Amino acid sequence: MPLSGTEIIDQEVAQEYKWGFVTDIEQETLPPGLDEGVVRFISAKKDEPEWMLEWRLKAYRHWLTLEEPHWPNVTYPEIDYQAMIYWAAPKKAGDGPQSLDDIDPEILATYNKLGIPLEEQKMLAGVAVDAVFDSVSVATTFKDRLAEAGVIFCPISEAIREHPELVKKYLGSVVPSGDNFFAALNAAVFSDGSFVYIPAGVRCPMELSTYFRINAQNTGQFERTLIIAEKGSHVSYLEGCTAPKRDENQLHAAVVEIYAHEDAEVKYSTVQNWYPGDPKTGKGGIYNFVTKRGICAGARSKISWTQVETGSAITWKYPSVILKGDDSTGEFYSVAVTKGFQQADTGTKMIHVGKNTRSTIISKGISAGRGQNTYRGQVKILKNADGARNFSQCDSMLIGDRCGAHTFPYIDVQNTTAQMEHEASTSKIGEDQLFYCASRGLDAEDALSLIVNGFCKEVFKELPMEFAVEARRLLEVSLEGSVG
Amino acid sequence: MCLLKIENLHAGVEGTEILTGLDLTVKVGEVHAIMGPNGSGKSTLAQVLAGRADYEVTAGSITYRGEDLLELAPEIRAREGIFLAFQYPVEIPGVSNVYFLKAALNAIRKHRGQEEIDAMDFLAYVKSKMEIVKMEEELLHRPVNEGFSGGEKKRNEIFHMEVLDPTLAVLDETDSGLDIDALKIVAEGVNSMRSPERGFIIITHYQRLLNFIVPDVVHVMVGGRIVETGGKELALELEAKGYGGHTRAAEAAAEAAMPASG
Ligand SMILES: Nc1ncnc2c1ncn2[C@@H]1O[C@H](COP(=O)(O)OP(=O)(O)O)[C@@H](O)[C@H]1O
Ligand SMILES: [Mg+2]
Repeated sequence: MPLSGTEIIDQEVAQEYKWGFVTDIEQETLPPGLDEGVVRFISAKKDEPEWMLEWRLKAYRHWLTLEEPHWPNVTYPEIDYQAMIYWAAPKKAGDGPQSLDDIDPEILATYNKLGIPLEEQKMLAGVAVDAVFDSVSVATTFKDRLAEAGVIFCPISEAIREHPELVKKYLGSVVPSGDNFFAALNAAVFSDGSFVYIPAGVRCPMELSTYFRINAQNTGQFERTLIIAEKGSHVSYLEGCTAPKRDENQLHAAVVEIYAHEDAEVKYSTVQNWYPGDPKTGKGGIYNFVTKRGICAGARSKISWTQVETGSAITWKYPSVILKGDDSTGEFYSVAVTKGFQQADTGTKMIHVGKNTRSTIISKGISAGRGQNTYRGQVKILKNADGARNFSQCDSMLIGDRCGAHTFPYIDVQNTTAQMEHEASTSKIGEDQLFYCASRGLDAEDALSLIVNGFCKEVFKELPMEFAVEARRLLEVSLEGSVG
Repeated sequence: MCLLKIENLHAGVEGTEILTGLDLTVKVGEVHAIMGPNGSGKSTLAQVLAGRADYEVTAGSITYRGEDLLELAPEIRAREGIFLAFQYPVEIPGVSNVYFLKAALNAIRKHRGQEEIDAMDFLAYVKSKMEIVKMEEELLHRPVNEGFSGGEKKRNEIFHMEVLDPTLAVLDETDSGLDIDALKIVAEGVNSMRSPERGFIIITHYQRLLNFIVPDVVHVMVGGRIVETGGKELALELEAKGYGGHTRAAEAAAEAAMPASG
């Protein structure tokens, strides 16, 4: 007897996370718990100047006064912040797996399916590769070309030491250290992250990717990124990768700040594929609580967020844009997939301050299994934002009948010249669709990948080309795991 | 040669038998019409042929080109040349009609050991088929059946049939709800595909379609089985007299077949 659609979907959902985790390794760590001593310890380990320590301490003291937010449409057991470890030394060569032979063949199979080159497979799997990676010629030419253009792209810890005037001026200027509970926690204990500075009039000669940043694998759970685009500059930044990354930390609370001056353009793309937890029980998995915000400070500037979120047990993030400069543009393109017991509460905020500011929101939520997918978005048009325009489109797709999709659009218009357009749809992929596809010769796997890719194409086309191909493949691989 | 042979087919859903011992033989090159009142099990037969898992086959057999059809997954049946034009075509959101068909055709070609067809060749091929069913170009690029009118959906089913070039095509009430012009288009589509290598099962509620597609054999289906078989004149007879006689005959037969209670 052929399987019914529901049975196929069940099989899909029962599939294990193919990418699992590599076994624990010993690290030089602080004991669990958080106090001022821990903040000082981290700052000292990073060789930070006094002002940086003060900034962290101020954030820490503020954090103590805040309460963890519970308004997102997600549920999880209470997090004990005193039971967490806030500092782990970067792994020394020799600590981790010695070679790819020590890695779960399943993981390697996935890397191969995603077409990831060997050297990068090693990095992702946690095999010590610093030396090897350094010698990779692509990384070296890459650095040279950036230096020539005057672009700074380095770990934020390095920027704090080497470019203190820039960091002082911009750190916390978009996401203040006390912005919210998780942002304050991040400000107090952030381990590392990226720093990007594009000088005036420079078009960054290549896409910047965390992939190519040495030591990117050790940024830990409290990552902090700061991107500054001077007048008339242009940069495209890629965060994460389609391959699953090895990670033992359950809570991730990252902060990303983008500052765009006049006529500057920043495109920020994310692919997030962290461990989603056990698909059968919902046990484990990453809590991904992120604050991402950009400010279009100058006239005619533009910030564009594109995200493909397929991993994590819980995702809680709202990449936002403050449209302060006149004629500035904010964009948000999102694909969020939840299956197994995954939950996502994601969306954006577009705050229109300047005149003739424009924003576009395209959100595609896909739920399968018992996944719960919430779009939460706010469009705010302030009093002086004459001629502001927003277009929002929020589409949900349900695969099977035990998952859920929710949409919470908040609209706050204080200027009567604003033009708002909102479209929403929910479609369901069930037995009828799968059977119809089968009657035309397409098996369930082909059908699902066709449908899902069709559903997401408006977002994929916003990704840099190579990344788009990867993202498509990622969705296919993650649903292939799904469609038995 | 025998294309399809159904013998004593019993099928239904959870405890309810819908097909109650159905026999049907279709030879290549033949066009069979199945007529019958609403609820007699015509769509169930069509869906069982296409492999819908909701229906359980409890007895009997279906042999397609000498193979046991019931052993095959629905997509394999399609790749082996069985096509079903749905009574209620399904919407596939986000996937353009043309992209969908290309994927389907390539899945079928792959199964047959043929090379994948590239986008340019496919487009040329599709254009030639569009003319037959007078498909508007625009419907090619819209998501499959999404927002199509009833008539457009039916024409799209025939268009799919033209493109996928099946060996056995089952049309489930493709004529229902069509005006006379649309009906003629559908009939032309079928007639253009009639060939000695192909067979058709045309399920219809009305005789009207059979004025345009002249069947070789007409069956009357009542109560989940074929109760009468004849030539094309049987359709006209039914139109005049209705299914009344057949319904009573079927009831009597069903009663006779029931084991005596007590
Ligand atoms: N999936 C199903 N679940 C329950 N009953 C069904 C199902 N499919 C068909 N039936 C019942 O079987 C009978 C025959 O239906 P159908 O095959 O659609 O007839 P027709 O196409 O000849 O009108 C009807 O009584 C219908 O209600
Ligand atoms: Mg019917």
